[in-house]
Amino acid sequence: MELHKLSLKEQLQGLRELSFSSQDLTSNYLNRIKKIDPKINSFITVLEEDAMHQAEIADKRYKSGNPLKLDGIPIAQKDIFCTKGVLTTCGSKMLHSFKSPYSSTVSEKIEKMGLVSLGKTNMDEFAMGSSNETSYFGKVNNPWNLECVPGGSSGGSASCVAAGLASAATATDTGGSIRQPASLCGMTGIKPTYGRVSRFGMIAFASSLDQGGVIARSAEDAAILLQAISGYDPKDSTSLDVSQEGIGENLESKFKGLKIGLPKEFFEKDLPDYLIKSLKEAQKVFINLGAEFVDVSLPNINLSLPVYYIVAPAECSANLSRYDGVRYGYRCENPKDLEDLYMRTREEGFGDEVKRRILIGTYVLSAGYYDAYYLKAQKCRQLIANDFNKVFSEVDLIMSPSTPDTAFKKGEKLKDPTEMYLQDIFTIPANLAGLPAISVPCGFEKGLPLGMQLIGKSLDENLLLKVAHQFQGITKWHEERPELK
Amino acid sequence: MDLTDKELEEIAYLARINIHEDKMQSLKNELEAILNLFKVLNDANTTDVEPMSHPANVFQPLRKDEVTETDEREALQEPAPLTKSGLFLVPQVIDEES
Repeated sequence: MELHKLSLKEQLQGLRELSFSSQDLTSNYLNRIKKIDPKINSFITVLEEDAMHQAEIADKRYKSGNPLKLDGIPIAQKDIFCTKGVLTTCGSKMLHSFKSPYSSTVSEKIEKMGLVSLGKTNMDEFAMGSSNETSYFGKVNNPWNLECVPGGSSGGSASCVAAGLASAATATDTGGSIRQPASLCGMTGIKPTYGRVSRFGMIAFASSLDQGGVIARSAEDAAILLQAISGYDPKDSTSLDVSQEGIGENLESKFKGLKIGLPKEFFEKDLPDYLIKSLKEAQKVFINLGAEFVDVSLPNINLSLPVYYIVAPAECSANLSRYDGVRYGYRCENPKDLEDLYMRTREEGFGDEVKRRILIGTYVLSAGYYDAYYLKAQKCRQLIANDFNKVFSEVDLIMSPSTPDTAFKKGEKLKDPTEMYLQDIFTIPANLAGLPAISVPCGFEKGLPLGMQLIGKSLDENLLLKVAHQFQGITKWHEERPELK
Repeated sequence: MDLTDKELEEIAYLARINIHEDKMQSLKNELEAILNLFKVLNDANTTDVEPMSHPANVFQPLRKDEVTETDEREALQEPAPLTKSGLFLVPQVIDEES
C-alpha cells in the first residue's frame, strides 16, 4: 500500500484500526523525503530520529488503546514556528543557527495531539515573498514543474505536501502566504480569522496581519489540522477567546440559500481565459449544490495593495528591530563599536527583500511622513474593511481567483519587486480585514494547478471548509498528484 | 516619488542597516518604485474615517499578575552569540578613565 497516497483522514482511520503503524507511515515519508526532497528543497530541517521516536510512542499508545486525538500522523511545520531545542530559521541567515529556547503554542498543540513532526519547511526569508526564492536555504521548486516557483512564503509547506512528503503542513499567511502557494501547488490552504490561531512563538513579520493556518490535500484534511492548532491562548494578547467547536464538523450537511458574491473589481483585472473558464465551471458546481451567485462591489479594493505595502513594512520594521546581533542570531565579525555591530549585523544577516521592507517601513513611519503614509493607509484599511462588512450583509461568501495566473518561472519576477507584489492582489484584502479565506484547486493549465479563493465572514471557517469539501466531493482537481520519481 | 541619497542614508541609519555604496542606486530605484505604488491612496476620500490599526478592534486583555515562569536566564542566553557570567557581551560603550 502506498501510505502517502492516503488522505490524513484515511491515515488516521488506518492507525486506529491498526492496519499499519505510525512507524510504517513515518518511515515511508522519511524515505520519500530522502529520495524526493533534493529535487524540490522543501525542508530546511528533517527530524528523522525525533520523528521515528514520536512514531514509536504513538504506536505504543495505539496498542494500549489510549491514543491521542491525531496520534502518529506525520506532518511538517513551517520554519517560522519556534520549536524548542530545534533549529528555527525563518528562512534567514539572521537565524541560520537559532535553536529556540521555547516552543510556539502551535507546535505545543501539535505535540499534545500526538502528531509526528517530520521537520521544518523552507520559506521566503521572514515570510516576505511570493515565490520562495528569498530563502537563505535556497529556492524551493514546484513539484508540478521544477522550473517553476511553488509560491510563497509558505512554499516549502505547499510543495512538500503536494509531493507527498508529509500528510499536511502548518503555514502562515500575512498577505497570501498560505493561499498563494497552495494555489500554485494544487493544494487546499486555509488562513483562518485573525486571532483564531495563536501567534505566540510564531516569528513576527506584521503583527496585525500575520495568521497561522494549514496547507493540506483536501478541505477535510485541512479542517482536521486546523481544529488541532486553533484555540484561545492567553500568551497571545490578540488571540480570540471563542469556541473552536464546529470546525470540521458536519462538512457533509447541505447548505440552503447559500449566497456567493462575485466582486466585479476582481474580475475586471486582466485575467487569462483559462482561469476565467475554470472559475465559471466552479460556479456551475456550486449552483448544482444549491448556491446562488450575486454580483457585488468592493469599491475600495484597489487600495489593498498600497495599504498592505505601507502597513506590513511599517510593522515589519518595528518587529525586526529585535535582530541586533546581541541576544540571539547572527552577529558580524569584529565590530569596531556598538553602532558598527548593529549596522553590519543587519546588513549581512538580512536578505535584499527584507531590507527593502524594513527601509520602506522606517520611511513611512518617520517624522514628516507618518500622516501622509501610515495614518492614511490605516484609514484606507478601514474603508476596505467597511466594504467587506457591507457585502457580507448581502452574501455568505465571496469568490475570486487565488492568484492572477499559474506558477511562474523561477527568476521571472525577481528584478522588479513590485511585479512580485501583484501575486497577492486577491489574497491581501482578507488579511487587511482579518477575514478567513481558503484556496481550493479548481483546474489545470499546461500541467500547472489553478486555484480559487473563497473569503468568509469573521469566524465562519466552517462554512468555507464545508463549501470547499462539498466542491471536492464533485470535482477531483485536489486528487491530482505531480509525478516525481 | 523621488528619494534623495540623503533621505536614503537617513532611513538606513534609523533602521540601523549599513548599505554598501555599490548598492545605493539600485536600492533607491527599487524603493522609489514601491513608493510610487502608494500614490493611488491620495485619491481616496478618508474624511471622518477612523484609522484601523487592527482587525480585531477589541480591548487589550490583561493577565493575572502571577509568576508563570521562573528564571530561565541560562536557557534564554543559550542562543546568544557572546555572553560572559550571565551577561550579553557587546563592544565597549563606556570610555575607560584615562
